[in-house]
Amino acid sequence: MSATETSPGRVIPDRLTGPAARVLRSWETLLVAVAVAIFTFNSFASPYFLDPWNLSDATFNFTEKAMIALAMALLVIAGEIDLSVGAIVALASTAMGYALQFGADTPLLVAIGLGVGLTCGAVNGLLVTRMGLPSIVVTIGTMSLFRGIAYIVLGDTAFNGYPESFAWFGQGYVAWVFSFELVLFAGLAALYAIVLHLTNFGRRLYAIGNNPTAAAFSGIRVERTRMALFLLTGLMSGIASICLTSRLGSTRPSIGTGMELEAITMVVLGGVAITGGSGSILGVVLAALIMGLVTFGLGLLNVPGIVMSIFVGGLLIAVIALPKLFLGGSRWRRSPSR
Amino acid sequence: MLSTHPGIAALRAAPVPHDVRPVLSLRGIAKSFPGVKALQGVDLDLFPGQVTALIGENGAGKSTLVKILTGVNQPDAGTISLEGRPLRFATAQEAARAGVTAIHQETVLFDDLTVAENIFLGHAPRGRFGLIDWGRMRREARAILAHVGAPFDPDTVLRDLGIASKHLVAIARALSIEARVVIMDEPTAALSQKEIEELYDLVERLKAEGKAILFISHKFDEIFRIADRYTVFRDGQMVDAGLIADVSEKRLVEMMVGRTLHSIFPERAPRIGKEVLRVEGYCHPTEFEAIGFTLREGEILGFYGLVGAGRSEFMQALFGATRPSGGRCRIDGQERAIRSPSDAIAAGIVYVPEDRGLQGAVRAMPIFQNMTLPSLHRTSRAGFLRAAEEFALARRYAARLDLRAASLDQPLGLLSGGNQQKVIIGKWLATRPRVIILDEPTKGIDVGSKAAVHEFMAELAAEGLSVIMVSSEIPEILGMSDRVIVMREGRMAGEFAREGLTAETLVRAAAGIGEARE
Amino acid sequence: MIATILKRRETMLALAILALIALVQTRFAGFARPGNLAAIFNDSAVLIILALGQMAVILTRCIDLSVAATLAFTGMVAALVNAAAPGLPIGAVLLIAVGLGTAMGAVNGLLVWRFALPPIVVTLGTMTMYRGAIFLLSGGEWVNSHQMSEAFKALPRSLVLDLPVLSWMAILVIALFVLMIGRTTLGRAFYAVGGNEHAAIYAGISVGGTRFVAFTLNGALAGLCGYLWVSRYAVAYTEVAQGFELDVIAACVIGGISIAGGIGTVGGAVLGALFLGVIKNALPVAGVSPFWQMAISGIAILLAVAFNARSEQRKGRIILKSAEQAHAAPAPATGASA
Repeated sequence: MSATETSPGRVIPDRLTGPAARVLRSWETLLVAVAVAIFTFNSFASPYFLDPWNLSDATFNFTEKAMIALAMALLVIAGEIDLSVGAIVALASTAMGYALQFGADTPLLVAIGLGVGLTCGAVNGLLVTRMGLPSIVVTIGTMSLFRGIAYIVLGDTAFNGYPESFAWFGQGYVAWVFSFELVLFAGLAALYAIVLHLTNFGRRLYAIGNNPTAAAFSGIRVERTRMALFLLTGLMSGIASICLTSRLGSTRPSIGTGMELEAITMVVLGGVAITGGSGSILGVVLAALIMGLVTFGLGLLNVPGIVMSIFVGGLLIAVIALPKLFLGGSRWRRSPSR
Repeated sequence: MLSTHPGIAALRAAPVPHDVRPVLSLRGIAKSFPGVKALQGVDLDLFPGQVTALIGENGAGKSTLVKILTGVNQPDAGTISLEGRPLRFATAQEAARAGVTAIHQETVLFDDLTVAENIFLGHAPRGRFGLIDWGRMRREARAILAHVGAPFDPDTVLRDLGIASKHLVAIARALSIEARVVIMDEPTAALSQKEIEELYDLVERLKAEGKAILFISHKFDEIFRIADRYTVFRDGQMVDAGLIADVSEKRLVEMMVGRTLHSIFPERAPRIGKEVLRVEGYCHPTEFEAIGFTLREGEILGFYGLVGAGRSEFMQALFGATRPSGGRCRIDGQERAIRSPSDAIAAGIVYVPEDRGLQGAVRAMPIFQNMTLPSLHRTSRAGFLRAAEEFALARRYAARLDLRAASLDQPLGLLSGGNQQKVIIGKWLATRPRVIILDEPTKGIDVGSKAAVHEFMAELAAEGLSVIMVSSEIPEILGMSDRVIVMREGRMAGEFAREGLTAETLVRAAAGIGEARE
Repeated sequence: MIATILKRRETMLALAILALIALVQTRFAGFARPGNLAAIFNDSAVLIILALGQMAVILTRCIDLSVAATLAFTGMVAALVNAAAPGLPIGAVLLIAVGLGTAMGAVNGLLVWRFALPPIVVTLGTMTMYRGAIFLLSGGEWVNSHQMSEAFKALPRSLVLDLPVLSWMAILVIALFVLMIGRTTLGRAFYAVGGNEHAAIYAGISVGGTRFVAFTLNGALAGLCGYLWVSRYAVAYTEVAQGFELDVIAACVIGGISIAGGIGTVGGAVLGALFLGVIKNALPVAGVSPFWQMAISGIAILLAVAFNARSEQRKGRIILKSAEQAHAAPAPATGASA
């Protein structure tokens, strides 16, 4: 302590930046701008774009993946990853189709879909938390395993003939143009935002993602939290599987292929650091919306879906490269939790 | 700082010849990092066959200087000249080729490679077609290992070696490039007394071979024992340089700190109350055994020992971060089963870790969120966060600890080491513990913050908190503790009351010297 | 001595492969016939080459998810070039494929090096972009056998010393890797960068530069495999080798290459690839539906990673003298010590 520094009772302000500045500088604001730009561009590019029913149809492009992305966001924020979600979708769908052959009714089908999702999540979670294995390798393995089981059961056949009442999850509308899937996604997104940003549980995820050892030394039950996240991701994959199976009306073993990559793309595009410790649900929702809008817009312009992947791939890289270009590696610029 | 080993002065090196020319000269070196001027106008000369001690507090710019000398960082201004010829080290390889090498504080080696490869990585002997000649590499490695007196085979995988052996590998690596300049960055920090003696022998041999040595150390006894010259850094600038023979320890400390030190440690009149913590028979298969002691209200219990004596390992087991294989712990007479840090926190035991970066700080998180992390249940309602409560708590402890920060939502990682430590201590005090374990609480922080931490520790004890302080610094142990437990090789080697306790007693107990003589 | 050889995972893996072959042989004579074994090796050649390339990347603590897309893209280009100019010598086509692959790998490497982006995100992005690019290039059309010149299709199959060129390519790459990994400074730099980034800097190794080289090398090998794959199967389309990147990573994991970097051997990668190759070939022979393959490789990955983790597991520090004696770590040579 040098002589000049002895001024007891100095008051440190809570924050230096006001709420307005924080909002303006945030990643989410940029995403909103991008979404608005794409929306505007699309509405000029095609006369069919602004039709409410067309827009409503477009939401099916992303709702199922985005549901998974919500849970994936929590997982990535806590420093883990799950590449097996697409395979969980396939296995849950296969299980439902299998049960269907024995005359299962809609409530039972839903229970099976959710149950298989949770079980798969538990397998991932146990392998990661109990055996201390890296989640990326574990979930590459379970990805093969889960989808492999679907292939063993189905081979090159398919399950069809889901009951009428089951179709509602993927094809029904709650009110006017608002589909059940869209409403469900909106509700889940709100729930996730509350959990992540307003609860102790959410705060602990950021701590774990930033520094798992320090988190454990702060009395946070790290393994238990990780386990919960894998269960949650499995459950969301089960929900997505119900919606997707219901919408398609059939189960093939290849169902949901590549969903993991699209979900992760949404998460990263939404501003969640792949290394863990930062990100928001709003960002993920906006990223899902942007991806849906772009797919829909390109579709209206008769551009094939796969070209969209060039755009998304480029966007993914640009999104993480640009901040580094302009901000020059300031690691702490993104505040971790709000 | 106290002179811990009497009679050190008698061991001083012989007079230094004055007519030699420096091997390596730095003139006007400056280096800035975003927001920090790490070095400004630094001059330094290193002479063949002489040891130059580099002295300065943490953050004085020593490690930046090492990085510049080894080509890891490049200076913004100034010149480096080797035997009169100016040159630039653009990469670490160029520095190595010019004959400058460093033995680092924390061993920067490769755990999964063999000893031979660790020695020769980056400059392996090549045979035909430029391919690595493993046979020659092994032979040369064996020769160098014999030279430094290392008793292990070059094919040993590094992971299987202990810390002192790894240090020998680092030294062998430094020698393998036929260095003219050897930088030793706190080389004795992790070594036992016997290993330190062997290191001194090695330094003498390097001197005899005409190598210029830059020796960075915090320990004045060793500086006076092996250095010929000194250079003092403060706040990124060179304050003074000269011959060790012409300077006193007191003068060095004054130059280093920039003021005269009267009394570093706070005066206290301990009021020791009833027993708070009783530990019995704590043991672990490989790390420690038979640890038992009591701790009373308002008491500061020092834990002294050499690095690697098992003190931190025991503390982490007491805190529930690792699982002991046996042992019981009572708080206020009640037995508590501690299986995880959250159990410990609930029982009123908290731990401020030695490895702040790994175990303490969540660097990217704002200060206030770090502060409330273990007490979220207190600042929240029904599991929902309440920002106002969090800020209130953070403000309270920031004021108590005299924290220096721009705002409370500043990421913790942007603060200085001392201020980070204050936040981490604050975060634990906020849980209102009965017992606080401080593991090397002042390691790696500047003298100013050090004094603040000591004062605060005294205050806490005066308020009735029980403190366990793990420290490897004898002055700190002697200056702060009411009672001292010494650990050696995972066991308790002695328990001493503060009255009449001397540095020598501690060193003897920690090194097991008393026993060895009988 | 024997104990330490047995403990090495390459030995265990080789024994597992032999046991597998012996098991199938007992039920179906002729499986272990040299000709059939050579066919299995030939079948695994592409996987071996790509596993080696991926190994270099993983050793530096990175991952390349874009290899299969790179393979498909270069394969498509090679096929298109051949279809457009059948007279062009195969050497030139091969050069184009390898050159293109090198460039695509370099793009990954540059993004990882210069922008310090997380490799998993970068290669996820380039993977989708490269796939999209194939579609743009081919217009979604297939390049079929009849559009390819005979010479184009013949090269991988032509026999040299009774072994197809495809197999020789794999042998050549293995030989190159044995030299490069074991005997060059570059090979050792891979280990250094992945083993301890910080120490590598002090040893004068450019961490980013080494990663760049690994990615570029991997791209070059993917380019080579692009030609080999397309010419062998005599067809090129957008989805060629979709998901093959996971097989490649699986081969590496099974071969004991640590996903955390710095640990792994050429022998391990080759054996990991052969293990998958043997399973793939044994299933139809043993009368098991080929749909079992995916699940089996999933289980193999999980077993391998669990095994890796156990052998890499850090024991607590050894402080107690009694513990040191009990543990009796593999005693170093007793030469110099008193």
